[in-house]
Amino acid sequence: MIVDLLKEPWPWYVSGPLIGISVPLLLIFGNKMLGISSSLRHACAAIAPFNIQFLKYNWKSEMWNLFFVLGVFIGGFVGGVLLNNHEPVQISQETISDIKSLGINSFDGLVPSDLFNWETVFSLKGFVILVIGGFMIGFGTRYAGGCTSGHAIMGLSSLQWPSLVAVIFFFIGGLLMTHIFTPVIYSWFN
Amino acid sequence: MKNIKFLLVGILFGTVLTKTEAVSWFRIQEMFRFQSFHMYGIIGSAVVVGAISVWLIKRFNIKTIDKQEIIIPNKQFSKGQIIGGTIFGMGWALAGACPGPLYALLGAGYPVILVVILSALLGTWTYAWLNPKLPH
Repeated sequence: MIVDLLKEPWPWYVSGPLIGISVPLLLIFGNKMLGISSSLRHACAAIAPFNIQFLKYNWKSEMWNLFFVLGVFIGGFVGGVLLNNHEPVQISQETISDIKSLGINSFDGLVPSDLFNWETVFSLKGFVILVIGGFMIGFGTRYAGGCTSGHAIMGLSSLQWPSLVAVIFFFIGGLLMTHIFTPVIYSWFN
Repeated sequence: MKNIKFLLVGILFGTVLTKTEAVSWFRIQEMFRFQSFHMYGIIGSAVVVGAISVWLIKRFNIKTIDKQEIIIPNKQFSKGQIIGGTIFGMGWALAGACPGPLYALLGAGYPVILVVILSALLGTWTYAWLNPKLPH
């Protein structure tokens, strides 16, 4: 059955091109640049602009972007609930053993439940990993002027060299965190 | 109502991100450890398809559905791509998600992600506040 096939994890050569197609779709539907992190700025401008110059602009004219991320949220429901195959993510054996060495032993969902639960969120461990991590995502993407979608996909697709610089530093940051800081941070809580 | 089409593209984008497990904390760990081609295949093929599409749009002067010229503004270089890029990369590896997956995971039934989203909003607001003082 087609639904059973859709419930299987989608291989990269199916999903990558479908993600790429969103670039021309947004352009043709109204000259819009693919970008997710801008939605965080629009939300700040809508909720708490105060007297901050960077948040003083007509966010209502960027409403399309808020509709787009609402769609991403709904898509998460379609992919993660309606098409859920209830299988663990098929990561490599090396990754599983590396993750276990961090003290994470739950491999059921899309994220480890021994980290992403309410009790942990309100502990020091959750604060360091999820709250500081989230803060760095919001601060860093806005400072860089985009995230994986705006710089890596939209920026590289339109051959913009500042986006290539951004993507290189996204990876430098990610590699530093994964290989240098992550073992130290997790060792505080084990 | 003109925004419904953007909602639909978002639904496609979110469904694909989720079903290909790009929203998974586990996949981000695997990517930054170079233990699978999966995430590189997704980003790489997305960029190839995006780049061919942009080239076709320019080559054949394709217009929007409202017959407007398609204009892609140039991104300006700033030190933010270096400093902010590194900070975001660290947050991406620490929390195991970039902004798109945060919204998708919330929809996929992980309400705890709301804490990460609110923290990201606070981070964005803090950047906005400090913007005049930061090097660019």
